[in-house]
Formats: sequence, C-alpha cells, structure tokens
Amino acid sequence: MIRPPNRRALLMGASATAAAAMLGGCDRLGEMGWFKRTLATGEDANKFVQRLLLTERTLTPEYAEADISPFFKPNGTEDPPDKAYKAMVRRKFAGFQLEVGGLVEKPFKISLADLRKLPVRTQITRHDCVEGWSCIGKWTGVPLSELLQRAVLKPSARYVVFHCADTMDQGEASNIDATGGAEAPVANPNPNMTKKVAGSESVKGAGDPPDGALAEDAGPPEPVRFYESIDLVDTYHPQTILAYEMNGKTLPVAHGAPLRLRLERNLGYKQAKYVMRIEVVESFTDIGEGKGGYWEDQGYAWYGGI
Amino acid sequence: MPRTYLTRSAPDVGEIEHRRWMFRHPLVIRITHWVNALCLLVLLMSGLQIFNAHPALYWGKVSTFDTPLMSMASSEDDPPKGVTTILGHAFDTTGFLGSSAGADGQPADRGFPSWLTLPSEQDLTGGRSWHFFFAWAFVLNGFTYLLYGLLSGQLRFRLIPSRDQIRHFGASIQEHLTLRFPQGDEAKRYNVIQKLTYVAVILVLLPVQVLAGLAMSPAMDAAAPFLLTMFGGRQSARTVHFVVANLLVLFVVVHVALVLLSGVWNNIRGMVTGWFVIERKVEPTPSPEPTGRSA
Repeated sequence: MIRPPNRRALLMGASATAAAAMLGGCDRLGEMGWFKRTLATGEDANKFVQRLLLTERTLTPEYAEADISPFFKPNGTEDPPDKAYKAMVRRKFAGFQLEVGGLVEKPFKISLADLRKLPVRTQITRHDCVEGWSCIGKWTGVPLSELLQRAVLKPSARYVVFHCADTMDQGEASNIDATGGAEAPVANPNPNMTKKVAGSESVKGAGDPPDGALAEDAGPPEPVRFYESIDLVDTYHPQTILAYEMNGKTLPVAHGAPLRLRLERNLGYKQAKYVMRIEVVESFTDIGEGKGGYWEDQGYAWYGGI
Repeated sequence: MPRTYLTRSAPDVGEIEHRRWMFRHPLVIRITHWVNALCLLVLLMSGLQIFNAHPALYWGKVSTFDTPLMSMASSEDDPPKGVTTILGHAFDTTGFLGSSAGADGQPADRGFPSWLTLPSEQDLTGGRSWHFFFAWAFVLNGFTYLLYGLLSGQLRFRLIPSRDQIRHFGASIQEHLTLRFPQGDEAKRYNVIQKLTYVAVILVLLPVQVLAGLAMSPAMDAAAPFLLTMFGGRQSARTVHFVVANLLVLFVVVHVALVLLSGVWNNIRGMVTGWFVIERKVEPTPSPEPTGRSA
C-alpha cells in the first residue's frame, strides 16, 4: 500500500518554503508600481481622516519652559556645504532677504531685521521625527499667514513651496553629509533618510532603481536643493511660523538659520530649514521630481501628519 | 447562551458513537480571523522596520538620548558587535539585535535583523507604507468582527465566561497546566482561560495598541490631546506600542502552540471550513454500550 507522504513533514517543509518565498516575495511586491500605489492608499486615508478630525485652527499641544529638551537633536543637513550659504553665515545673514513670490499680487523681499518687526509668535512645541524620536523646543518667528497676507494670494494659489539653501545631492555628494534639509538622520547608525544609502545595505540601485530614485549613473549629477511644499490649510494655521529664534536665541545653523519652517501637527521632515525663498504655486508637479518635496521625491508621503 | 449546535451526520457508524461534528466558526469569524493573522504579521514586520529607524525607546514626552530605556546599537569593534542595552544593562546580541548580516552578508548596523523586517533592507518609507495600509485593514477587519460578534451574539457566547466556568476557575487552570484538553460537551465552548485571554487581547491589548500608535502622530495629538495624557507622552506611547507588540507576539506563540497540541487538523479545519469534531468524552468507567468500531 502506498502511504501518502508524512503530512506533518510535508507541512513543515511547505511552510518553511512559503516563509522564505514570502519574505522575498514581499520585497519584490513592494517594488512593483501597482502594489506601491495600493499600499499608498493607506497614507492617503491617513490624510483624509486626519483632515476630517482637525479643524483649520486645531492647535497642537504647547509645553512649559521646564519641558524644553536640554539637547535638541539636529537632523538632516546640519551645515549646508554650499559656498553661497557659508558666505551668508560669515556675514551673519546681514544682506539676507527672504523672497516671497509666485502666484501673489505683490511679490516682495524682506530682510531679517524687517521680518522681526512683523507680528511675532512664540511657541514651545514637540518636534517629532519620522524616525521616532521627539524633542521639545521654543520657537519664535513670524506667522506664515502674515507674510502671505502682505503678498496677497492670487485665486489660483494652492500650495506654498519653500526653496532652501542646502544642496542635497551633487557631484561631490560623497564627501558632503548627504542627508537632507529638514529632518533626517546624520547617517549612522540608521541611514533611513539618506538618499544614497551608504555601504552594505545599498542594494536598491542595482540595475533597477525604484520609482522616484534619481538615475545615479546617467551623466553628471545635477545639484538638487532641498525644497518642501505645504497646502493652504497648513499655511494659515496659527502655529505655522517661520522661526528665526530657537530657545530664546538666534536660530543656529544646525537648526536651519536664518529661517526654518515650524509646521506643528506634522513630522519633522516637512519642516524646511535654511528657507531662502517662498513661492506660491498652483501645482508642484513640475518642481523637483514632482512629489512636492525633497523627501517626498525619495518616497515619503507628502502628508506628514503621522 | 445558544443552546443548539448545528450538527451533521457523521460519515460512518463508528464515528457517530465517538465523535460529533459541530459547526463552530461562522464565515465572518473565519474570514476576519485569517485577515487578522495576515495583518498582524505584516504590522509586526513593518513595525520592526520602522523601529529600526531609531532603535531606542524612552519614557515621557521626549527622547532622552543618553538614557534610553532600551536601545540597540553596533559597537566600534571589527567586526562590529551588536549591543542591546536594557535599563542600563548591556547584552551582546551580535547577529540578531544591533548588528546583523545585511543583503551582502556583511555585518550591518540595524536594530532587528533583515529577516524580521518588511521590507527586508533598511527602508523607512517602505515600512511606513506597509504599516499604514495594513493598520487600516486591521482596524476595518477588527470592526467587522466586533460588529458581527455583537449582533450575532457570538461574542458573548464565545468570550464571556459563564457562571459555572468562573466557579471552576481553579480546576481549569490545573487542566491547562497539565495540557489536558476538554472533551465532549466541554469542548464545544472555549474554556475560561481561553475566554479571558481572548477578552484581554481583543478588548485591551489591541485597542491600546491602536491608541498608542495614534498617539505617535503629531496631527492626532492636536486632534485628541487625551492620547498624550493617556500614555504620558509621545515617547511613552512609542514604548507602549513596542511592548504591546511583544505581548501580541507572545499571545500568537501560545495560541499556535495550543492549536498544535490540541489537535492541529481539527483546529485548522475548524477555522477554514467551520466544521469541528467533538471527541466523545472518555469516561473513567467502561461504557455500557459496546463500541462497534473496527479498524
């Protein structure tokens, strides 16, 4: 009599094979366009539901002076490599003028001294990095709404784009700390947000770059400057400010001098540092790689509320 | 309490006397069970991927980088050692936590090893995409289960211990510890420890896990500041999320072990087709009627 193979052994073998296949299979699945788009509906749902839950004026909790973190971790770019920026730092941003333009009736430029004469908001808030850590800091600056009220939006205005001083990727990127503007780790121990993952784990680019990755071998690399975009809901939120002070002192270079965006209710990667120019646009699809920001172009969700 | 069980005629005479078929798991319960299993697996693995972005835990509102509750890191040695520090005590976890082989087989700095994370390589954005999609699937699936369970009475029947079960609580524990599984009529319902465990997981652990996850969202903290009060801060919530994930793993391990020990095929058939076999209770005294079973 032919006995069927031992079904326990069969099951064990099958499940081991299935487990191994599943691990590899999930990685391959995760690289496929249609599957990525399917997974991304989870993040779309996050935005949809959170926007339903929040009114335009729902404030994020503010903290007491005693809660301020003694050490606030700088992240992403901590010292922009750009010569023009370094020159500005040497002059203590004396000649710096923030540019406000795009789809506005009255574009203008404004110096830091004049910016300080505008209405001020100070807030002690928690900064949450997408990596998982948090710090509390005190930020002083001008509400973004003040600037845009002066510029007067055109009817087609939909997004506000922040153009920043820090170059993220260029020819000599390897000797620049290639991490990014607003919020990103300094490389080790976990280079999650580095564009080009250094070292052993960098298997991504091998022949088959995932969507959104720059073709790294094609021609001389163009410098990519950090940029970020927000919509008008966040723009006019009372806690959305361009900060020029941190913890009562002039904003240090490591945290985005001369101006950084504070976009409370969002993760750190949305909060652009080294802001040079504000551009009001109808659509961001023709900026950078079209996803709305430097980190978005690397695959992060445009909505950074969770 | 439902008093009736669906039964169908057993295929042979011998079985009529020894075993009875019981329709144990309605379709909705079976589907939500397997969807839940898939969700929890993906949530665990993508969650470990997200954890690896900053493999350290803290208590309170903010991260106290120098004094984490727990952290994983790789040492400066060559080759690097994986060091896991828990409440100030360092453990060598080379090859598993802190430092383990990357895609090219070389030691890589990472909290959990690549075979436990989704995607397997370091990829925070990928991990987040998987995690959020399956978090939604998990929540919708969970609500389906709860709604169906409440409306059909299944939840009450399955999960709330009856008075006699509470009276025999001590004996139940003893049976459990000696791995003696109920037979006969007692096997038709979950025993008291099973019921209480499921209640704890379904009504405590899983909701806490979802709330702790939401408490990590800066937008949710603006919409519902009680989340921060509930956990004592975002970093505490992150730690709770991690600890509860571990408790859920523990639950699944015990669950699967008991499935294997208490009649794996019957259990799996039950959760796939709904039909479960109740073995006749073996009485200590010989049964008066002859057992006509032949091999």
